[in-house]
Parts: sequence; structure tokens; C-alpha cells
Amino acid sequence: MSATISRRQFLAGSAAAAGSLVIGFHIPFARDAAAQGMPAAPATPEVNAWVVVRPDDTVVIRIARSEMGQGTLTGLAQMVAEELECNWAKVTTEYPTPGQNLARNRVWGNFSTGGSRGIRESQEYVRKGGATARMMLVQAAADEWKVPVAECTAANSVITHTPTSRTTTYGKVAAAASKLTPPTAVTLKDPKDWKLVGKRMARLDTVDKTTGKQIYGMDLKLPGMLNAAIKRCPVFGGTLKSVDEAAVMKRPGVKKVVRVGNDAVAVVADTWWRAKTALDALPIVWDNGPNANASSAAFAEVLKAGLDATDAVVGNKVGDAAAAIAASAKKVEAVYSYPHQNHATMETMNATARWTPERCEVWTPTQNGEAAHAAAAEAAGLPPAQCEVYKLLLGGGFGRRGAVHDWVRQAVAIAKEMPGTPVKLIWSREEDMLHGSYHPVTQCKLTAGLDAQGNVTGFQMRISGQSILAGVAPQAIKDGKDPVVFQGLNPPGPEASLGYAFPALLVDHAMRNPSTPPGFWRGVNLNQNSIYLECFIDELAHAAGQDPLAFRRKLLANSPKHLAVLNAAAEKAGWGTPTAPGVFRGLCVTMGFGSYVAACAEVSVSNDGVLKVHRIVAATDPGYAVNPQQIEAQVEGSFVYGLSAALYGECTVKDGRMEQDNFHTYVPLRMNEMPAVETVIVASGGFWGGVGEPTIAVAAPAVLNAIFAATGKRIRDLPLKNHSLKKA
Amino acid sequence: MAKLNVNGKVREYKADPGTPLLWVLREQLGLTGTKYGCGVALCGACTVHINGVPTRSCVVPAASVKASAKVVTIEGLSPNGSHPVQKAWDKLDVPQCGFCQSGMIMAAAALLKAKPNPTDADINEAMTNICRCGTYNRVRAAIKVVAGGGDTKSAGLSIQHADGSLT
Ligand code: FES
Ligand code: FES
Repeated sequence: MSATISRRQFLAGSAAAAGSLVIGFHIPFARDAAAQGMPAAPATPEVNAWVVVRPDDTVVIRIARSEMGQGTLTGLAQMVAEELECNWAKVTTEYPTPGQNLARNRVWGNFSTGGSRGIRESQEYVRKGGATARMMLVQAAADEWKVPVAECTAANSVITHTPTSRTTTYGKVAAAASKLTPPTAVTLKDPKDWKLVGKRMARLDTVDKTTGKQIYGMDLKLPGMLNAAIKRCPVFGGTLKSVDEAAVMKRPGVKKVVRVGNDAVAVVADTWWRAKTALDALPIVWDNGPNANASSAAFAEVLKAGLDATDAVVGNKVGDAAAAIAASAKKVEAVYSYPHQNHATMETMNATARWTPERCEVWTPTQNGEAAHAAAAEAAGLPPAQCEVYKLLLGGGFGRRGAVHDWVRQAVAIAKEMPGTPVKLIWSREEDMLHGSYHPVTQCKLTAGLDAQGNVTGFQMRISGQSILAGVAPQAIKDGKDPVVFQGLNPPGPEASLGYAFPALLVDHAMRNPSTPPGFWRGVNLNQNSIYLECFIDELAHAAGQDPLAFRRKLLANSPKHLAVLNAAAEKAGWGTPTAPGVFRGLCVTMGFGSYVAACAEVSVSNDGVLKVHRIVAATDPGYAVNPQQIEAQVEGSFVYGLSAALYGECTVKDGRMEQDNFHTYVPLRMNEMPAVETVIVASGGFWGGVGEPTIAVAAPAVLNAIFAATGKRIRDLPLKNHSLKKA
Repeated sequence: MAKLNVNGKVREYKADPGTPLLWVLREQLGLTGTKYGCGVALCGACTVHINGVPTRSCVVPAASVKASAKVVTIEGLSPNGSHPVQKAWDKLDVPQCGFCQSGMIMAAAALLKAKPNPTDADINEAMTNICRCGTYNRVRAAIKVVAGGGDTKSAGLSIQHADGSLT
């Protein structure tokens, strides 16, 4: 089915969004109507910002966070529905727009969908939204029956007056409920009474993804729409010098060549294929700028110097680590490194924009509708109230589509050159690879002392390298400190804390920023910090002649949640019991994004060095498990992402630009390499942690430690493809 | 006007020489279920069937596909998502973001037609599509469910559906 929407509907959607406070709005492209070319359903008044109940008892739950595959749409709907006591079979969802959020004083809170925050940071207010709506619906029924509200109960979208057994449905009283004043005192259910939260519910968004009906940003079609392809100076920081427009203007379908900002050029044509091929034929001269000679090899030297530099900022400190190590019976030291990674979402960056002097609208897959809205307004040169962003489903996010909206700015800049005409900008895979917001590059020197009994006396960790915040939010850096650098290494607390109790400790960071733009890449700094820490802990266990599990347990004695997931993974994997011949195990435990995770990997390495990851047992404690089957899906996906990076992933700079430009040079894991994954969910309750990211950080260390067990080789620089595992 | 037989219908289209089948499907024929992921036959997101053979449409010039050849896209795999592969995918909640899944499903449908009872090695060989979300294990499980006649419980996922049924 075509995704084309009628002009009437397109304009209606625009108008509805233009007017403020349109209650019961129906956004264009809500999947049940607009995306299928049907007129939007007549407006039904909302019960509150989170809940609309239609006369036919359909419940529309509004979701502010973005669905990008991680299941947050379903999880958040479960949370609202749990308190609403509605019929789950009649639940649908829709996105409120950032423009509406702005106009309504941010009634839906934060739209940002990153840092595995979707559920953990909005769980309380979305549950309250559901509870409030339920109380209003029940009140409306009681008012209609003229009975005390205390005599009424609600379940499955049906309200019952218990003394008389009279019943009515949510759909029948929703209009009356919408006129009531919302209650202020709201009590949420005790988790032990949950009926929907914690259950292995099917996702709400699966069917259309199996039939081709699901509309992603790239699939959008608007009346009169043109298509654009873009090239930005491949050298970071370079600019556009000149372009020979005339060379392509006569090509079929080509409408315009647009200079975008000072560093990019786009071709607008009737189809994207024509735009892309014209762009490929377009003579462009770049000014490569100050980074023309930048290279990863040269920058590695800068990072190396940072390992011993004196300008480091402290992240975590206990006692005098250097003195403790100096006085130790044994000293162990190692240097690790981690390369740039590209998010490489399956759907490349894209946005459709329509600009007039009065109004700018953008349709785009984004992890943060509000940030996309701000970027659009800025690029449009219009006040935010005259701009709107319609979020479309994301073909992957992984952090690429949240912090910077470079593609949105470009799309608006192009649309601005063609007032009134919607233009869809799609990045080619090559453009997407050359202009990512890359996982930061770092090196780390670890030093530790052991006493005669093999106990750790002091532990030092110097991180040298790139700060994400310096690149995307420099205002968040205080006193030269980027706190995100220390993920997984923080002092005891609820976020990304180091579990190990070292008698003396120093973790510090010497900031060294290359020309490469950094970004939040799924798992963020927990990824490499966990490799550095957990592989080195394995080195220490080995140096102390102790079992890696026993060695960790001792150091985790005061970190019961870290310990519990470690034990859960080790026990389920059968740590200490015999493996199949040639199979070896490796462990890892960490904490981040509010959750505790551990893994035990089983690998074999053939005589000629071929690695096979057979099985990974992963344990995760996110506090509450909202949807266990989706947690399992996230854990499995995390291993694919983490192992892709560990085995093959690196983006390297040469002559100022990225060398990897498609999946032959940036190789993701494929099905033949996928291990069996067993997920143990240890939901210990009392806190809310994320699940989309933390597990990625245990993938590589568990496998690297197992490789050491198998071969005696310590791999300290990733990816593995650069090393031979061949038996000497 | 050039012609293609897509999903059982003869469709006319106009495109420049060399335009890949993928972009004719997406831009001329409005069949956006077939996705662009890499453009160079590496990812499989653009997989369609040509005379039953799974084919990466991003590197096949549309003009090279004869009007007599039968092209099937995800939209034409079944009238309403009722193909056993689609049903298994739905019941096992295989898709995450879903962007790669049209290609996955088309590759799996072709595999199961050629080998109704594929071994793991067969699956590894046929399913080389890239999924960045990491759905591989559920893809494998769903293929095995279809091979086993559609018994979704055999996957051991115990997913509760809105209609009360259990996978
Ligand atoms: S788009 Fe055709 S294989 Fe990737
Ligand atoms: S489901 Fe997202 S890429 Fe496969």
C-alpha cells in the first residue's frame, strides 16, 4: 500500500498542528489511519494527556519516547494500561508531537530516547497518567449513576457499581470524564499487584513490520515531494570550495543544486535515484581545511602521550593508589585501546522538510523529537512555535539519532531553497559512514599492585582520549570534567558505579579530542571502560594465580547487586564445571544505565586461529522487568552489536576522512557467527534500570577473557580482526 | 514504457537506463516495503524474489528484468501477512526496528521453499542479511517454527498476545 497521504489530509495535519491546544488531535501518520491513506478519525476528547478512549472503547495511549526497535512503545503502554485497568486488546498508541509538547507546557515531559532512559525515567509519570485517567473515568460513571465513587471498580475497560452490578464501559463515559478536574492524590499499584507489567506481552508494533506496510522516514511520500541526495566534505571540518552546477542541471529530473551550509552540496530531483546519480556526476571541489592530514595512526600517538600526562581530571579516588602500588609485592600494568565505531543504523539518516516563510515542518525518524524540533527551528530561521516535527518510526537509532540532528538541519536548509515544496533528504550508506557521530576513541593504562596473597593493594586507571560531551554538549563540561567518561567506574551509587572495592584507587581522564565528531553510541563509554576494567581484572586474577570468578567475588563482597548478576551468569553457564573439548569460558560484570549486568561466554579457537563464540549466558538486573521477552530480545541484540564491534568494528581516519564507507569495510556480525544466548533476568526490585544498552558492555570482555583462557593471548586492542589467534 | 510483472500484476514504469530494480519498486511503483540499506548487495534489506530466487534488487538494473519474469516483493508475499513465514515472524515478535525484516522474510521464504527443513548450516548459508538490531536468534527460531509446521510454542518464548493466545 502506498504511503501517500491525500493533500487534504496533509493540509489538515498541518493546520491541526498549527493551532495550539488542539485537544484530541490525531497526528498525521498515526499508523491506523493516516499511514494507510484513510482520513483521520474524528477527534475524541482526551481523558488526559496520556489517554484517549474512543466511543468504541479503543484506548489510545500517547508515547513521548521514540520507538526504534527497543520495545519502549510496548513497555510504556503496558505501564499506562496497568494503572488504567483497560482492555489490552484494544490498546493502540500514538506519538504526540514536539510542537504540541511545547504548546502544552511539556505535558509529556522529556522526549529524549537515549541512555536506556525510555522506561526508567518516565515510569512514574506515565503510570500516574494511567491512574489519573482511570480515576476520572470511574468518577464519571459514578456521577452518571449518582453513586459514591468508592462503590465502583474498574477492570478491563469496564466499570462496575458493585452493590447493583450495573456496568458501563470506558468508551461510554470518556467524554464526561474528559470534563472532570483531574485528581491530585494518586496512588500507584504495589508491584506485586501488577497484571500487565512484568508479563511477556507481545509487541504492539510487529505486524506491519512483517508485511512491508510500516512506514519509516525513508518511505515517506508527500504530495509534490522532491528528493535530495547530499555530500558533505569528506574531511571533517572541511568546506565546499566550488561546484559546477551546470554539469548536472540538464540531467533528467534534476531540479536544483543546493549549497548546504558551508560544507555540503545537495542535488534535488524528482526521484532519489536521479538525485544520487546526478550528485555522483557533479564536479565538486572541497577545501579540506585544517584536518586534511589527520589520521588515526597519528592520533594514537596523542592518546599514548595522554596516558602519562599530568593534566588529568579525577573521576574516582580512594586513598593513595600510586603509593599503595609502589609498596606492593607485585605490580601489573597494561595498556588497552578502543577505536571509533559507527552506529550504522540499517536505515540511513533522512528527513523530509517543507518550508515556507511562515512555517516549517519536518518528518523524520528521531530519538529526540524536541531536539529535532529545536534544530529545525534554528535551521528554518523561525520561532519554534511556527515549526513542527512529526516523528516517524526509526530503522535503528543506537544513539545516532538523538544528540545531534545534522541531517535535519540539512533537510531544512535544502527545503528553504524551494519554499512550499516538501523535500526528502536521504543519505547514501557512504554518506552515513563518512559522517557519523562516532564512538569516542580512547586508550587506557591500568596499573595495579598485588600483595603476597594475591590481594589487590591499589588500582589505577588512566583514560586518555575523546570526550563525547566536548563534542556534542560542551556546556555540560564543568571544571574540565566530562562525567560520562567514567561510566562504570563511578563511586558507589545508583548510576554506573564500580563494583570492586579496591583499598586504594585512582581513575582519571586526560582529555584528548581528535577532529572526528563523537556521539553516544549504544552503550556509550561503558563499552570500552568495561573492556579495560574487566580484561585487566582477568589479568590480575591470572597474575595472582586465582580463579577469575573467585577473584571477582572477593572484590565484590560489598556490592551485592553486581555480585548477584555475576553469580547468576556464572552458575547458569556452569562455571567450574567441564566444558566441551576445546571450549573455554570468560566472565564479565558491570553496571550502567541503572542496571547490573554480567556475562559468561564460551568460545573455542581452532589451531589456525578461527574463533567461534558458542554460547553466552547473560544476567541482568534492571530492578523491574517490564516485559521479559523484550528484555531477552534486547540482550540478544546487545550481543550482536557488541560482538560486531569487538570482532570487526573500527572506523579509522586517513587523510582527514573515514576509511570505512560501507558494510564491506565496516562489517557487522551475521547470522552464521551468532552465538546461542541465554538470558537470566534477576529483577531484584526497588529501582528502575535500563536494558537497551548495558549488556553490550559485557559482550567483548567476556569473549576476550574466554579467548585468553583458550589461547593464552591477551587482546588489548580491538577489533579482533587485526589480530591472529593462530596457535604459535 | 517499460514493464515489470510485480506481485502478479503487470506494471508500467519509466526510469533512466541503469536504474536499479530497488528504486523502480520504491519510487516508481510505490512499493516501499523493500528497503535500501547499502546499495551494493551487502546487506540484503532490498531482497525480492525474481522467479522465486531471492535477489538483492539494489544491484539489478530494472531494465534487465524481463516483463515475463515474476517479481515478488514483501507486499506480494501473501495477501494479508498470512504467509507462514510472516505468521511465525509475528508470533515470535522477531522484528525490532524492523527495517531489515522485509529482506529477512523474503530470504527466509525462499529458503524454506527450496529446503522445507533447513539445517542450521543451510540457514547460515541462506540468511546473510544484516540486522543491526540483532534479531538473528529469533530469525533462526522462526525459520525452525515454519519448518516444524508452525508450532510456535516449540520456540519456547512464551509470548502473550493481546487476543489471549500464547506463543
Ligand atoms: S540495499 Fe541491496 S543489499 Fe543492501
Ligand atoms: S530489526 Fe532493526 S535492523 Fe533488523
